[in-house]
Amino acid sequence: MSVAAAPARRVQMSVIGPILALVILVIMGAMMNPNFLGLDNITNVLARSAFIGIIAVGMTFVITAGGLDLSVGSMAAFIAGLMILVMNKMLPSMGVGVPIVLVGMLVALGAGIIAGLINGLLITRLGIEAFIVTLGSMGIYRSLVTWLADGGTLSLDFGLRTFYQPVYYGGIFGVTWPIIVFAVVVILGELLMRSTAFGRHCAAIGSNDQVAKYSSVRVGRVRLLTYVMLGALVGLAVIMYVPRLGSASSATGLLWELEAIAAVIIGGTALKGGFGRVWGTVVGVLILVLIGNLLNLTDYVSPYLNGAIQGAIIVLAVVLQRGSKAGQ
Amino acid sequence: MGGAVTTPVLALNGVSRSFGPIEVLHGISIALAPGRVHALIGENGAGKSTTMKILAGYQPPSSGEVLLDGRAVAFATMGEAEAAGISMIHQEFNLAEQLTVEENIFLGRELKRGLFLNKAAMRAEARTLLDRLQCRVATDRPISSLSNSDKQMVEIAKALSRETRVLIMDEPTAVLTKAETRILIDQVRALRAAGTAILFTSHKLDEVKEIADDLTIMRDGAVVYSGPADAMDEHGMAEAMVGREMSQLYPAKDGTPGEIVLEVSGLTVPGFAEDISFSLRAGEILGIAGLIGSGRTETFEGLAGLRPATGSVKVKGRAVTIRHNWEALELGLCYLTEDRKMRGLLLQKGMRENLTLQALHRFSHGLLDQRAEEAALDQAIRDFDIRGARGINVGHLSGGNQQKLLFAKTMLSDPQIIVIDEPTRGIDIGTKQQMYDFIRRLAREGRAIVVISSEMQEVIGLADRVLVMRQGRIQGEVTGDTITEDAIVRLAMGVGQAAPLAKELQE
Repeated sequence: MSVAAAPARRVQMSVIGPILALVILVIMGAMMNPNFLGLDNITNVLARSAFIGIIAVGMTFVITAGGLDLSVGSMAAFIAGLMILVMNKMLPSMGVGVPIVLVGMLVALGAGIIAGLINGLLITRLGIEAFIVTLGSMGIYRSLVTWLADGGTLSLDFGLRTFYQPVYYGGIFGVTWPIIVFAVVVILGELLMRSTAFGRHCAAIGSNDQVAKYSSVRVGRVRLLTYVMLGALVGLAVIMYVPRLGSASSATGLLWELEAIAAVIIGGTALKGGFGRVWGTVVGVLILVLIGNLLNLTDYVSPYLNGAIQGAIIVLAVVLQRGSKAGQ
Repeated sequence: MGGAVTTPVLALNGVSRSFGPIEVLHGISIALAPGRVHALIGENGAGKSTTMKILAGYQPPSSGEVLLDGRAVAFATMGEAEAAGISMIHQEFNLAEQLTVEENIFLGRELKRGLFLNKAAMRAEARTLLDRLQCRVATDRPISSLSNSDKQMVEIAKALSRETRVLIMDEPTAVLTKAETRILIDQVRALRAAGTAILFTSHKLDEVKEIADDLTIMRDGAVVYSGPADAMDEHGMAEAMVGREMSQLYPAKDGTPGEIVLEVSGLTVPGFAEDISFSLRAGEILGIAGLIGSGRTETFEGLAGLRPATGSVKVKGRAVTIRHNWEALELGLCYLTEDRKMRGLLLQKGMRENLTLQALHRFSHGLLDQRAEEAALDQAIRDFDIRGARGINVGHLSGGNQQKLLFAKTMLSDPQIIVIDEPTRGIDIGTKQQMYDFIRRLAREGRAIVVISSEMQEVIGLADRVLVMRQGRIQGEVTGDTITEDAIVRLAMGVGQAAPLAKELQE
């Protein structure tokens, strides 16, 4: 009994850590500004979390399986640009309506899957470090979107944008679509990670890919799938993002990859892989978005220091993780 | 008995050690005298490692004293213990894989000339140390390119370079070949003659018998024997360790070989093995002997799709192509790795995740059935007598229990052809006996077994038939009563006649 109790207590501490931080942030926010817990602000925070959040769920699988993807921010920008271009091109023949929006969505998802496939194949088939491959593709997509936009901004046709806007601003029962999609992605992701052979294989590969190989796990295929899944989720995030502003430029999705990775780490997933939890990533995303939101709502600290505070939190989270590991 | 005359350099007096609420050492006393070799033996989990770590200053005792030259000391860091002349060589090597041999030997105490490293001096001294050990490796090779035995020699050279008064070695011969073990034993004798106090652990009782002056036997965290080594024979040691009478170590060879289930011809693993041909019958245990580096592991990794290989393979009479490990598994062929820590088990995961990893599809109906997994673990713990707390990471299990878990994991996918590489490396004699029984039981169930082993006695005691490999080729075969140490060694060294394999294949 006592043997089992000791590790159980430790696990609980590492579980409570991120949640505790989130609760403290919420309490601080409520005390500093009465609007903080208002429905409008909560909806705003969650909707903003959705883009990074959807991507971060995919990133959780990639990192758990011992990989990394630095290209997701640029990939999002490129896919957004591509989607806008295709929809504008099709407009004369298809006109404004549901079909053209569906075509745009398919383009975004398809492009995401192909982009993930390219990253994944380079990493698993050619055996190049994930860091190098995705550093390269990060530069390529960023430059491609700048080229597509000819250095400026790609804008969705005005009429089309108005028609497409409800996908970001609309919803059911007062809950907007990005929040609903985010929630569904999280629930499916958590289930996939925790209760399927795929999730178990990800953790096994990240923990020790040699052991996984010798245990007849299809290491390459599982790794490839994590990148494809992340690519598809980037496409999904873009589908939610484009109707918000209706445009894409070289500044779209800037630093999203770092925010997504940070959220995964703050949530308690091991950066070296082997252990991941999707709900933790959600908590991580919320913490990051809430900090920015709090700084905007209050005037104790300049919002310009947002990045500094986020950075400090990321380092702190890893220090705490390390501390709990050293205690074992 | 002569050991009592001199004051011990290093001793433990009534030392206990607890991890959380669990006491794992109960009042241990042990004394290391200069110029004597002290063997510490016991089953896995008896507390040998913890005792050694306390002696070497890696861990403080919970109660009791550590005595250095008769005075109580408390080492705050390993560095302090090292400064006092205590060196420990771990079972898992403590070497920086990317650094060279000489860089490792002088790691942390590099020779300098002014601000800069004195590389020439370090190289020369490293060479001298290695020459003393008759180790021929170049000092500028990275550790990662060395064999296990050479790594062991580098570890010893490192200890020698630090004016060691007390040398503690955790299973130094586990990864060494017979010839390398001889060199090590000679070195230990030389160190003893120079007045060094030496403590070592080993599961090889004949080595203990050969070089130990003093002997301490532990069981369940307590000392059960302490005294001169020559007062006990190997059988007595084994019984004291296990705490019960030891019956026959190897089970009776009562298998009845059935049909041929595996036929391999012309298997070539580029760079490691060439033109390997053999056949294997159901219910048979085939031993694979040969020196370390003779290509045994690589041959069977090639067969199991773990490395590129060419050649023709027939499973139950049907020609098959195995390019990946999972394809082998689907054919009912499974390879159990010799390296349970790096390739066999996920050390940071629990028993359940490890047990079901290879056969996970059996527990997956879209979602994983964790209750069925727990039930499978219950069953495995019962069937294979795995001991240890369920909740802990398998990295904390003793070697014997890890090996049993690895075995249980493999058996979960119910393979019919099982290749077991080094089934008992680094595990104690009681667990060994259990492993041998498991293996024979599997053969009786009609499975076909291949056992690769560097322990000659194991091959002789267990196998119905033995293939001896040398330099990537099968040098010959011995069967039945002709399985003798002499016959195997002759073939392994290349002095025997290659047995006509053609006859075997024509049957």
